[in-house]
Amino acid sequence: MIDRLRGKAIRRYGVVFLAFALVFSLAGCAAEEEPAAEEPAAKEPVAEEPIETTDLILASTTSTQDSGLFEVLIPAFEEAHPEYKVNVIAVGTGEALELGQNKDADVLLVHAKAKEEAFVADGFGIDRHDVMYNDFIIVGPAADPAGIKGATVADSLKKISDAGATFISRGDESGTHTAEKALWEKSAITPAGGWYNSAGKGMGDVLTMASEMAAYTLTDRATYLNMNNDLQLEILCEGDAVLFNQYGVIPVTDATNMEGAQVFADWIVSDEAQAIIGEYGVEKFGAPLFFPNAG
Amino acid sequence: MEVFWYALVDSVKLLFGGDAALYEIIGLSLRVSGISLFLAMCIGVPLGYLIGAHRFCGRGLIIAIVNTGMGLPPVVVGLTVYMLLSRSGPIWDLYLAWVGQDMPRVLYTVTAMIIAQVIISTPLVTGVTLAAIASVPTELRLQARSLGASKLQEAVLTVKEARRGVMAAVAAGFGGIISEVGAVNMVGGNIAGKTRVMTTAIQLETGQGNFGLALALGLILIGISFVIMNGFTRVQQSGGRYER
Repeated sequence: MIDRLRGKAIRRYGVVFLAFALVFSLAGCAAEEEPAAEEPAAKEPVAEEPIETTDLILASTTSTQDSGLFEVLIPAFEEAHPEYKVNVIAVGTGEALELGQNKDADVLLVHAKAKEEAFVADGFGIDRHDVMYNDFIIVGPAADPAGIKGATVADSLKKISDAGATFISRGDESGTHTAEKALWEKSAITPAGGWYNSAGKGMGDVLTMASEMAAYTLTDRATYLNMNNDLQLEILCEGDAVLFNQYGVIPVTDATNMEGAQVFADWIVSDEAQAIIGEYGVEKFGAPLFFPNAG
Repeated sequence: MEVFWYALVDSVKLLFGGDAALYEIIGLSLRVSGISLFLAMCIGVPLGYLIGAHRFCGRGLIIAIVNTGMGLPPVVVGLTVYMLLSRSGPIWDLYLAWVGQDMPRVLYTVTAMIIAQVIISTPLVTGVTLAAIASVPTELRLQARSLGASKLQEAVLTVKEARRGVMAAVAAGFGGIISEVGAVNMVGGNIAGKTRVMTTAIQLETGQGNFGLALALGLILIGISFVIMNGFTRVQQSGGRYER
């Protein structure tokens, strides 16, 4: 918080300093005699200077960060709205919502629809809009010891649990973990035992662990594709309708930068941003990682 | 302020609440750091004696290296141990080449956590020990030698003489690893019931937004550290009574 304020102050003084510098260079010697009197004149040139920016804190999830989407999305937003500087805090969905509840974040981009709706219903968020979705996949070692390739999600989970094949769960109450628990529940299986490892870590870490342990795990496609080169894992189960992962944007009620939060929330559902989301990953992976569905 | 009070109350409730999972996590923390500390002592105290009590070429450089080791970032140690133990790491390849079969997995086990913590705590134990040994008057060792003490007897005598400093070294080593999260998280994997320790549990609860619970766990960890450090201090001070 203090750092943010300090950052703002530096920027503000920076603008004043630039304005002074400009006045001096324009007015030359005259300015040296009476700089104070010249100050009002500085206001006009200021418009041509870099616009004063305010910080915007975007709390999102590690899996969104790991997908690399922000590296194209945030610069595009800052170009469209140069008055805001976006700071991404990538944490678990639970922590992101807690940060929002404590008003330490201005806007949230997370993927746990039920929790998000409860968050807005409790008055912590102004509203919630669908932004995009991606899908979950089950990945595992190429040898596929439980033989799940080509099976439905329910069958795959049953085969994994029957075979006692090593499975790694995020175990961190993240959006992905919430989805995973729902899938086990739908399959009427209570995952427990030595084969089920609850890691309590982010998606990237869990994929690395699964690769090292030759284990199965549930991941979002984006993170998997982004890390695929370093992993000894293959997609074994995909395309099932239950693997749908919806992202939503929520401006936080009474946030430090409420205005910026609203501007970001409006922008990310705009045609411009939606087009960027839809194109992301096509060049690198041959297929989009996220499917925009704000409409 | 209230949140801190609640955390304090919660920590006491948790500690005496009979939660088996919590006791297991506390037990694992103590086991991993205890074994690591023991191994670090076995390496660090003799090493500290050898460097501290002898004059040789390059001593200054070695002390500088040990002192640098005292500030090793745990996450870098974790990363290095991870890369060494990885399925695509050098040890795996060597094992396969020599033994002819896949190495049993060490990564994401308690063993990996101990390896990382030994690497973190050994320089701490060594560095503080050598400083304590170096401050023992040379005359003591000369006298012992003149009375016919063997090299081992001389070493034992010197370490005994420097025991307060050596206990401080052990405390420094313990403090460095019981509170450490970067390395155990990376090489242990924070797997529930297998490799989850206090620090990684705190990090996990923080990540889930359970700040109150995370803080309560933190207070428990600090409390346990206090009890253990208090024990060290008692041992450290006990010698004084006989001397006076």
